[in-house]
Amino acid sequence: MLDQVFVLLKQWLLGHSPAAIQPGVSILLTILPILLVFPVLFALTTVLERKGLGRIQNRYGPNRVGFYGILQPMADALKSLTKEDIVPTSADHTVHFLAPLVLLAVAFLPYAVLPIGRNMIAANLDSGVLFFFAIGAISELSVFMAGWSSRNKYSLLGAMRAVAQMISYEVPLLLSSIAVIMAAGSLSTVEIVEKQAGFSGIFPHWYVLTPWGFTGFILFMIAATAETNRSPFDLPEGESEIIAGYYIEYSGFKFALFFLGEYLGMFAISGLGITLFLGGWSAPLPFLTWIPSWIWFFAKLLGLIIGFIWVRGTLPRLRMDQLMNFAWKFMLPMALVVVVSAGAWRFLPQGVIRWLVSVVFIAVAYVLLARGVETRNKIAKRTYRFAE
Amino acid sequence: MREMTVPFLILAAVTLVGASAAMLFRGLVHCALALAVAFAGIGSLYLSLGAQFLGLAQLLVYVGAIAVLIVFVILLTRGGDSDSPPLSAARWPITGLMVAMAIFAILAWAVLHSFAIHTAGTLAPQATIRQMGTALMESYVLPLEVIGLMLTAALIGAVIVAMKENPR
Repeated sequence: MLDQVFVLLKQWLLGHSPAAIQPGVSILLTILPILLVFPVLFALTTVLERKGLGRIQNRYGPNRVGFYGILQPMADALKSLTKEDIVPTSADHTVHFLAPLVLLAVAFLPYAVLPIGRNMIAANLDSGVLFFFAIGAISELSVFMAGWSSRNKYSLLGAMRAVAQMISYEVPLLLSSIAVIMAAGSLSTVEIVEKQAGFSGIFPHWYVLTPWGFTGFILFMIAATAETNRSPFDLPEGESEIIAGYYIEYSGFKFALFFLGEYLGMFAISGLGITLFLGGWSAPLPFLTWIPSWIWFFAKLLGLIIGFIWVRGTLPRLRMDQLMNFAWKFMLPMALVVVVSAGAWRFLPQGVIRWLVSVVFIAVAYVLLARGVETRNKIAKRTYRFAE
Repeated sequence: MREMTVPFLILAAVTLVGASAAMLFRGLVHCALALAVAFAGIGSLYLSLGAQFLGLAQLLVYVGAIAVLIVFVILLTRGGDSDSPPLSAARWPITGLMVAMAIFAILAWAVLHSFAIHTAGTLAPQATIRQMGTALMESYVLPLEVIGLMLTAALIGAVIVAMKENPR
């Protein structure tokens, strides 16, 4: 009952609206919650992040507005709404105006295929995972639009870095999802979650609890961090190098929109990670299934967000060559091995043998690749090619 | 002939406006962005016709990869800031007209003689992703392998071309 409360509420509201406007009302009731819940989650996350980073860095974080600084997002929103919206004279005004809008629209679209609870999905597409990545590809273009239209060297550099990084890390991201798609035999997010719903003993059938799934999940989350331009992959907006990257020239609410778009992208890709590897809305233990499915989804989402914040607070930023080497020489071959290992897992009989085969595949690949990455990084005097 | 629904008209207008803007704009980057709009319009048209895989692949490949590639090429070669005069067809009006008419004639001939237009009325077969997957992995596995090999060779070639030369 509590599990389906939102679905039943929607049906009840639909039943009480005249038949002529029912399709419109249905669409509205599907989209509005997404448009409301995730921005609120964004507001909460900003407080959580600033508090968490403060704790890691041995300071208080926001503590002036409201109880323990909990109303800080309201103050931030008011501030950015009342700030002057400055557009550089030489900027390309149309593209400069469109870039945050495109980014935000693209940031909201992936939520259409995320199942946030049992029967709670906006559009149950046959190819939901493909839809997710197709939409994600458009965000690269919006980042470029922002960086190029500002007509600022720093912002253009930031945009180029961002696009290069997003393209490079999209490959391991897609490949590690392919392993799950192979195991589930479906591209539909709903079906992938249903495949992981059962329990054997007390352990759920989540893909993260298989050797290839665990490796795939780690690769997926690393690639997701890079894809959302978060620290330690935040070169595109590295404050100490290129000030703020592609959104230097944005002020006021447009800047807030960029911020919102970035966090929405992070939630969406975490949601996909939950759907693919962490069993979506299913409970982790059999005796906890009475807790509503949507609570599990958001609990897992919060867990991943805290992980993101923790990583941001503790790891230093990578250098550009380290970033690219890591993507192409470690992540990509490792993701390919994960795909092969998932294939072996699919066709071997259940039991010890497939665990052994899967683990050996991944362990051997990991050792060899890690050694390759190490020997290439000989410590020597740094040479500059372009700046002397 | 299916009737023209409102979504179809909107998507068609977006595609056409994007495509013509890609030809008419002066800045190269603007042209590339307008081209991306046209690609997205075509992808959405596929989606609205029920070809999910084709539509999403169009978005993923053309908007996500080809448009970004074009933009990169523009920025890395010409700077993107130069407002070069558009390549004007006004200097060769007759040649341009003839080329346009020839292309239109070929396309019109192909469409009128196509298989689909003669079997109109029967329902088009629904190609699901599962069917496409089995077709690729069973009946067309050899062409798939050949294409894979070719693309790998091209990739290795690109890496060798881009590799830093030995200083010796």
